[in-house]
Amino acid sequence: MSELAAERPAKTGFLKTNIRQYGMLLSLAVIMVFFQIATDGTLMRPLNLTNLVLQNSYIVIMALGMLLVIVTGHIDLSVGSVAGFVGALAAVMMVTYQVPVAVAALVCLVVGGLIGAAQGFWVAYFKIPSFIVTLAGMLVFKGMMLAVLDGRSVGPFPVVFQRLSSGFLPEFILGQDDFHLSSLLLGVLVALMLVVLGMRRRAATLRHGMTVEPVALFIGKNAFLVAAITGFTYLIVSHRGLPNVLLIMLVLIALYAFVTNRTTVGRQIYAVGGNEKAAKLSGVRTERLTFLAFVNMGVLAGLAGLVFAARLNTATPKAGLGFELDVIAACFIGGASAYGGVGQVVGAVVGAFIMGVMNNGMSILGIGIDYQQVIKGLVLLGAVCVDVYNQRR
Amino acid sequence: MTDILEMRGISKSFGSVRALSDVSFTVRTGEIHALVGENGAGKSTLMKILSGVYPAGRYEGAILFEGQERHFRGINDSEALGIIIIHQELALIPLMSIAENIFLVNPPQNFGVIDRGAVYRRTRELLAKVGLSESPDTLITNIGVGKQQLVEIAKALSKEVRLLILDEPTASLNERDSAALLELLIAFRAHGISSILISHKLNEISKVADRITVLRDGRTVATMDCHAGPIQEDDIIRKMVDRDLASRYPARTPKIGDEIFRVENWTAHHPQHPDRQMVKRVNFHVKRGEIVGIAGLMGAGRTEFAMSIFGRSYGSNISGTATLAGKPVDLSSVPRAIAAGLAYVTEDRKHLGLLLGSDIRQNISLANLPAVSHAAVIDDAKELKIANSYRDAMRIRSQSVYQETGTLSGGNQQKVILSKWLFSGPSVLILDEPTRGIDVGAKYEIYQIINELADSGKGVIMISSEMPELLGMCDRICVMNEGAFVAEFTGAEVTQEAIMRSILRNGDMT
Repeated sequence: MSELAAERPAKTGFLKTNIRQYGMLLSLAVIMVFFQIATDGTLMRPLNLTNLVLQNSYIVIMALGMLLVIVTGHIDLSVGSVAGFVGALAAVMMVTYQVPVAVAALVCLVVGGLIGAAQGFWVAYFKIPSFIVTLAGMLVFKGMMLAVLDGRSVGPFPVVFQRLSSGFLPEFILGQDDFHLSSLLLGVLVALMLVVLGMRRRAATLRHGMTVEPVALFIGKNAFLVAAITGFTYLIVSHRGLPNVLLIMLVLIALYAFVTNRTTVGRQIYAVGGNEKAAKLSGVRTERLTFLAFVNMGVLAGLAGLVFAARLNTATPKAGLGFELDVIAACFIGGASAYGGVGQVVGAVVGAFIMGVMNNGMSILGIGIDYQQVIKGLVLLGAVCVDVYNQRR
Repeated sequence: MTDILEMRGISKSFGSVRALSDVSFTVRTGEIHALVGENGAGKSTLMKILSGVYPAGRYEGAILFEGQERHFRGINDSEALGIIIIHQELALIPLMSIAENIFLVNPPQNFGVIDRGAVYRRTRELLAKVGLSESPDTLITNIGVGKQQLVEIAKALSKEVRLLILDEPTASLNERDSAALLELLIAFRAHGISSILISHKLNEISKVADRITVLRDGRTVATMDCHAGPIQEDDIIRKMVDRDLASRYPARTPKIGDEIFRVENWTAHHPQHPDRQMVKRVNFHVKRGEIVGIAGLMGAGRTEFAMSIFGRSYGSNISGTATLAGKPVDLSSVPRAIAAGLAYVTEDRKHLGLLLGSDIRQNISLANLPAVSHAAVIDDAKELKIANSYRDAMRIRSQSVYQETGTLSGGNQQKVILSKWLFSGPSVLILDEPTRGIDVGAKYEIYQIINELADSGKGVIMISSEMPELLGMCDRICVMNEGAFVAEFTGAEVTQEAIMRSILRNGDMT
């Protein structure tokens, strides 16, 4: 009896501290189920799922960088313009000047990084509010995009470059045009790896006598994870295989999740956002980290610009318009705090997909773009209100 | 003479800390009543109760103003009756004009439109009363602190003031401005306005006060009538500091070794006003195994001195030399200072010390992440082991090392910060107000930790505003005043009276 009583607070304590992460995944699941039913199964059709991934890839990629910027306590409003500008630059280099694709792509990423550095410099070392610096950047790079494109659309891109967004992982085991077995196996492998990592982590935590989630919850969570990943992979590959851009996304998500959670740099970034003065007095190079967060954001905005241009197969003067709002919304829906120091990479990705599924589902339902905006805005406000309410308790 | 104010049996606790117990305090109509006591004696708390910052119901006891019992729910209630408090940190808006500041809340107006003519006319009248000849248009940021203080008083006069409370009004004023301000209080007295004057400067108090009340450890020690006979400053000082010191500090036999750290001609300037010297040519050293105290009033420059040493975290245009174990050392950035073996435990835990949203483990490892990581990847198991070992050694009371530091008590938060700095492996520790806001039991534990640090051969520098603490803990005490080191005491010769006297006497000379 007494043992039971002693154990209970630990369990509720665990659920309470982790409710945010579960809650977010749960929200995504509920939204997907809702639209699956409302659209009579259209949402989860292989073609639509593939589209969903492609449509949101550039938002997810930028959300990874934005999360770091937001965690350090800043914001970057320029990412849409930067993505558009870099896409335009790629088009002019590849189409107009016939620069080799690899060289042009590399130059584009470097330019993205330099843009990030130029903005981060003012924010980190001159303490100019990031809102203002990047608002200026938003105007500047939108203008530069128009100048580079001379107001016209430039395209089409070389075929190699188009594959970045519209290509799929080739089939290795069976012949081309058969069932995409190797893609499916890759998905299963990823799912199993996640389970193994989870088990190792759990074992290590237990070894140190710390509280872990209850066994039932752990098994249930992993079973759900394997089922979900395998299921999604099966659905997606039965269209044309795994999209290349999905692979890029997954690698980046894994990389950024690792960097933020497991490395000293990641820890210090959270420290800067959590309490900049205390971090500085503890020897953290706060200015440099803030600067690097913006450089990183610039590179990822550049990559997103390439992905978007490849997907449209043309660089248009409207590219990147309003992306920054979706990216920032994804981070906040995903549980990042506007005050800095709080936020998870996985949360931002889930946040991006919550927005993406809603966009996609509402479009299938034929809801006009007008009311889509209204609903998305209310979801953003609601998600942040729930977060703030939970923190106050 | 009738009493305008009577505070009867006032008690107030913060958590387990008792700030005021059964304090009684009266002010007569048309008198200047000085309130003195050490830092933390309860003066500010008492004034916050009087002005309604701590509303009725949050304290015990009764407040009678002009003969009636009052229950203030907030500052507006007390101001409506003419009780105006002027805080040490002035509450003026720097980029607004004098006139705008004085009539910030309720300017003369016609149907909601501000009557600029009336504002200027009345501002001029008020400025004349406090002896200022500035134009009402002048921005606050363009006049000195002394004049700003007078503007605050003019602002108080714009309301129907009956009782004026001044919290260390002359702390940042020069001799001439201080004299002008005190003259003003005497003029007010002639008009029947009572004043409560909180000050550390005893010479000023004996010049203007009608009565003096001494607070110590949250109790009224004495109320003295200045007209009954001459008041001895030493008598006031003794009443301020006298208390039982026995058994509050763990015993220690100092084992003092070679000199470990020294600074010479250390000078630092104000970060925003580079012409103001905040630390003035300080020479200072500490030996292995030695605990050196730095005494002084708030604003004496102790924290500024410590932070300017620690990677130039404070100030601009810093000059001077620093040596560690006889060798010159580069302290020009925080990472360099840490690498050299310095650690600074801040006085401001919440703003400068902790990541309140992060757990104990993450706070402890923050200043020495390389020691818990391989190739920049954090070794979770090692980090956890180290956090747990400090949690046990320091007796940090918590559910686990995964508990957020924001939810810990002050004493346990302080132990987390001490753990962080011990883990960084320093040879010199600077502890700035290490027991501020900590209850008595936890204080004793912190003292034990400090003693162990010294016994393990580290040099410990301890800044504290609690003089008994310095006397109980330190092998040597330096006194700092207005940015300079003005006295040094060792061992047996030192008493609280002697330290207090050297602070106050030096304060008089400026």
